[in-house]
Formats: sequence, C-alpha cells, structure tokens
Amino acid sequence: MTLLPDLALVLLILTAAVWTVAVRDRRDAVIGFIVVGLLLSLAWVRLNAVDVALTEAAIGGGATGLLLLRACARLVPRPAESVLPHPAMRILTVLLCSAIAAGLAAIVLMPVEPPATLAPEAAASMGELGLGNPITVVLLAYRALDTLLEKVVLVLALIGVWTLTPDQFWGGAPASLRAQQSSGALTLLAQVLPPVGVVIGVYLIWNGADHPGGTFQGGTVLAAMWLLVMMADLREPPEIRLHSLRLLVILGPVVFLVAGFAGFWIANGFLSYPPAFAKPIIVIVEAALALSIAVILGMLVAGPAARAPR
Amino acid sequence: MIGTATVYGLCASGLVAIGLYGLVLHPTPLRKVIAFNLLGSGTFVLFGVAARRGGAAGFLADPVPQAMVITGIVVAFASTALAVALLLRLQETGASSIETTPPEQQDNGAS
Amino acid sequence: MILVDIFTMAAVGAGMFFFLAGTVGLLRFPDTLSRLHALTKADNLGFGFIVLGLLPQSPDVLSGLKLVVVWLLVQLAAATAGQLIAQFVGLERRRDPAA
Repeated sequence: MTLLPDLALVLLILTAAVWTVAVRDRRDAVIGFIVVGLLLSLAWVRLNAVDVALTEAAIGGGATGLLLLRACARLVPRPAESVLPHPAMRILTVLLCSAIAAGLAAIVLMPVEPPATLAPEAAASMGELGLGNPITVVLLAYRALDTLLEKVVLVLALIGVWTLTPDQFWGGAPASLRAQQSSGALTLLAQVLPPVGVVIGVYLIWNGADHPGGTFQGGTVLAAMWLLVMMADLREPPEIRLHSLRLLVILGPVVFLVAGFAGFWIANGFLSYPPAFAKPIIVIVEAALALSIAVILGMLVAGPAARAPR
Repeated sequence: MIGTATVYGLCASGLVAIGLYGLVLHPTPLRKVIAFNLLGSGTFVLFGVAARRGGAAGFLADPVPQAMVITGIVVAFASTALAVALLLRLQETGASSIETTPPEQQDNGAS
Repeated sequence: MILVDIFTMAAVGAGMFFFLAGTVGLLRFPDTLSRLHALTKADNLGFGFIVLGLLPQSPDVLSGLKLVVVWLLVQLAAATAGQLIAQFVGLERRRDPAA
C-alpha cells in the first residue's frame, strides 16, 4: 500500500479545506487556509514538483497567509458573518459543486493515452543553455514570455493597490506594520534572522539554476526578511513616491525586456539567448527579477499609503 | 490501478468543489477571497497531475505545467493582495453600515 | 549499513512519539500557556530527533549541515512564536483578570 501516505495527506487536505469553508470565525478560516497551503506543499513534493512545493510554502502558505491575517486584524467584526443563505440555495450550490467535482474526477480517472507532454521541447532548450533545473529553463528561456508578462502583472497589481490610496495621502507611506505592543523576542528575531535569511534567499536564487529553487522562491524569502524588519519596528515602510522604490519595482521587468530585445541583435529573436553568454545573461536577469519580486511582494503586503507624505 | 497522480487529481476535484461552494455561499468578501484561493489551489494541483503524468524525455514530470503553476501561484497572490486592499478600502469608505476606524485615524493618533 | 537504518528508524520513531505527545498536550491541556509549553518542548525535541535520525542518511557533510541549520532556524522561529503568544496571553490577563 504505497498509496497510504498519499491517501492520508489527501484526507487531511480535504478535511482542512472543508473546515476552512465551514467554520464561523473569520480568523479560524484564515488559519485553516494557511494549514491547507502547507499541506499542499507536501502534496507537491509527492507529485515530483519540488520547485512548486517551495513556491507554495513560501507564497501560497506564507505570504498569502500573512496578507489575510493582517486584513483579518483590520476588519471590523460583523454579526452577519456566520449567517449563510437560504437552505434551498445551499442545496443548489452543493449540487452544482458535486457536479463539477464529478466532472473533474472523470477527467482525472480517464486520462489521455499517451499523456500530452511538452517535456521533449523543454529538454531541447535545456541542452543549449547548460542549466540543470528544467523549471528554470522553462521559466527563463522556453516560456520566458510568460514570466515577463507575469512580472508586468505583479507591477500592475502593485499599481492597483496604490491607486486605492485616499487623495490626501497620495505619495505617503503605508500604515506602519508594527504591533501595538513592542516585543523583545520579535526585535531579537528581526535582528538575528534577516542576515541568515538574505543568505538563504540568495542561495535559493543562485541554486535555482541547477537544483530546485529560483527567483520566486528566493525573492519571497528576501521579501519576508524585509517584512519581518518592518513588523519589528526596526524600519518604516517606504513612501510610495520615492524614486528609489519605484526604480526597484520596475528593475526586474525592464532588465528582462532589455535582455529580450537584445535577443534580436545577438541571438535569433525576442527573448532568446546567445549560446555563449546565456548563463551570465540569465544570472543578471534573475538577480534583477528577484530584487523586484522582493520589493513588490513586500509593498503588496504593506498596502496603499495611509499617511500624508512628509 | 490508481496511481499517486490520480489520488491527487481526485483531491484537486474536491478542492475545486469546496472552494466554489465557499465562493458562492459566503456573504463576506474575505471568506470569498479565501474560498477563491482554495479553488485556485485545486486548479493548480490539476495542472500538477497533468505534469506528473506527462513525464518524458528523462524527467519524472513535465516541467512546463509546473512552471505555469509557479507563475499562477504568484499571480494568485498578487490578485489576493489587490482584493484585500479593495475590501479594506470598501470598509473604510463605509459602503456598508458598519462602524469603522480607518487606519489613517489610528496612525494620526499614534504618530 | 543496516545499523544506520535501524538508528534512523529509532530516532524518527522517538521524534514521532514526541510530536504525538505534543499534539495530545495541545488538545487536552486546559489553558493556552500549558498548551504552549507542551507544544514547544515536544516539537523542539520531536523535530530534533527527526533531524538526528536523518543525519546519517545524508549523502555528504554539507547536506547534514543544512539539516542542522534547518533545525536551528525552526528552533529560533518556534521560540519567538512561543514568546509572542505568551506575551499576548499575559496582556489579556492584565486587561481582564477575571478571565
């Protein structure tokens, strides 16, 4: 019964998900969601997707959980919270969801043979670049356009969050992330952990070339260290009108675009790399991307400006 | 026989159904956002199952859907951040009849 | 080699026992502080035993060192979290001594 750990994990995941949706209290739901995220990263390891597991643990469980917990703390309790609508509506929704689940289960249980795969194409572009991690090759070479567009989406999301600033606070800094009571333990952690965290983040980025890791995972670790420092009140969130902040935000996509357009001259097309310089160009692009991701993720958690600029 | 990937595929179908149920039925925006994230996670696991089944050319799993899932997780976080900022702003502007203490007033009190 | 495997199984088994004890404490102890005590003591020991059991299985010294670094980081995070929760409980008690 080699499936036993997988069955147990699936049971845990589904139970936690049902609890997250069914529980009354808002904060319990957020904690349940974090639990589902962490269990899912175990599921990703079982599916031979270690890079995805790292990303899910860092962003899906960690960053999203942090975001939702902060939102939960700032939302006013509402008595209408626990009232779910009319029983007829619930029965209809259960029927709809069961039908969708049955349909998806049918797709899963009747797979296409032979399975559709793009692995040979990915393997082909791997050989040219000399990188060992196929996910990094797909992200930065084979489907580099997807990664570029995703970085632009991140910048757009940040702009969207910033436009929610009230007019009188435009250009100011987001609300302070510090807690109401200062804590010696948190301050100690924020002084001891960030140097180690930065090394680990850079290690994740650098190691992503040949082993599981990469810009998103490493960038999230860097963002987490910055958020920790802000939460321990050792640094204030920066004002959103600062040119240096905005430069860091667009650094990643701009460097990626420049490398992409340079491909017209030095290689054969947009976002293709010359075989001789492929690794250095990819390293530079990765560094810029990771820096941008760290800054963007941190500012997304910090939110829109809440104080007038000085 | 049912393999590892199939088990997680069934888990994904369950997650999609649970997320959709929460998304449709919960009246408050934050619970809808949480349920939407569960729905998204279920979809990502379906991609992962397709990747696991598509192992070829010397890989245990097809790297292309996995790369797409990584992209998807990051974009889901960005959209969650935007949704959370929207719903906090919605509360501040008092669009529904609840008492609020907007963060700018808290901050002016503190600083 | 089989001795190494027996050591791993014994150490991981001990770790599992401590995790189980910690979970039982979390579920059965009456208030937050005692649950915290059960969690931090049992989980640090449990995780430490699991890392100890995995150390002989690592292919080289560097991987073993990484495991130890992971253990130290988890200790740091768990210790800070324990302190913060206890601080919050103390705050609640000062605010509302009846509870």
